[in-house]
Amino acid sequence: MNVAAVFFYLFSAIMIASAFMVIAARNPVHSVLFLILAFVNASGLFLLMGAEFLAMILVVVYVGAVAVLFLFVVMMLDVDFAELKQGFLQYLPIGSIIGIVVAIELLLVMTGFIQSDAALGAGGSPIQANMSNTEALGLVLYTKYVYLFQASGLVLLTAMIGAIVLTLRHKPDVKRQVIEDQNARTRANAIEIKKAPSRAGV
Amino acid sequence: MQIGLTHYLSVAAILFTLGVLGIILNRKNIIIILMSVELILLSVNINLVTFSTFLGDLTGQVFSLFILTVAAAEAAIGLAILVTYYRNRGSIAVEDINMMKG
Repeated sequence: MNVAAVFFYLFSAIMIASAFMVIAARNPVHSVLFLILAFVNASGLFLLMGAEFLAMILVVVYVGAVAVLFLFVVMMLDVDFAELKQGFLQYLPIGSIIGIVVAIELLLVMTGFIQSDAALGAGGSPIQANMSNTEALGLVLYTKYVYLFQASGLVLLTAMIGAIVLTLRHKPDVKRQVIEDQNARTRANAIEIKKAPSRAGV
Repeated sequence: MQIGLTHYLSVAAILFTLGVLGIILNRKNIIIILMSVELILLSVNINLVTFSTFLGDLTGQVFSLFILTVAAAEAAIGLAILVTYYRNRGSIAVEDINMMKG
């Protein structure tokens, strides 16, 4: 057994175990932390497959942004999670039936397919051995898939605007800066001159 | 022992099944449901990268990148809706959401 196989089994075992803990953990904070562990091990699998850029992006985007967002929401909402956990065992029979059916179907597809030789490199952007993964991905992404790239930027923009619009709220009793009022102030209505007699005070 | 296409596909299939199972089992907790959706999208990404590697073609990795983008956007919007819903109702129980019929 070579090193790559050892690491494959290590990463996939930890990833599957932590994915199981994501759905089985009692505390949702533990679920988020196991989700992070699953993502880190998936990025290890990506590294084994030679997709270095995606592995790093997975760590940056998922672990750095999405999982932290989940953690933030879980900790911000004051919810009785034990109450939400009820019904877990109630759905276990039907859930395991559906799970077994899905797993069997996927295994049948996986073991039954025959790879055609014509499929090798038929996608039109073959992996070249003489450049790094990031460079090759960039050369394809910014030329052949540039419109899809722009569209994904639009998706992110929509998500950003949507999230801001949904969560922004104006509290009525918060003091804010009103620039017109500040500009409209003159010396006459801002300063009051009083005569202070000596030794008497104002 | 050589690690081939089928090994990676099996891992992705198990992960997908766990994600589906998570949605069914945690039907009351929408945060866990969103996390299960993330697991399912991760398994799809593993599938695409696997085929990209073993067919020697970059297209799968490009698609995987786009799925990553959409998954991030989906998580942000989903959690924003969740926060707004919690502010309005004080709970995130999934059964109550059908009261939002407009």
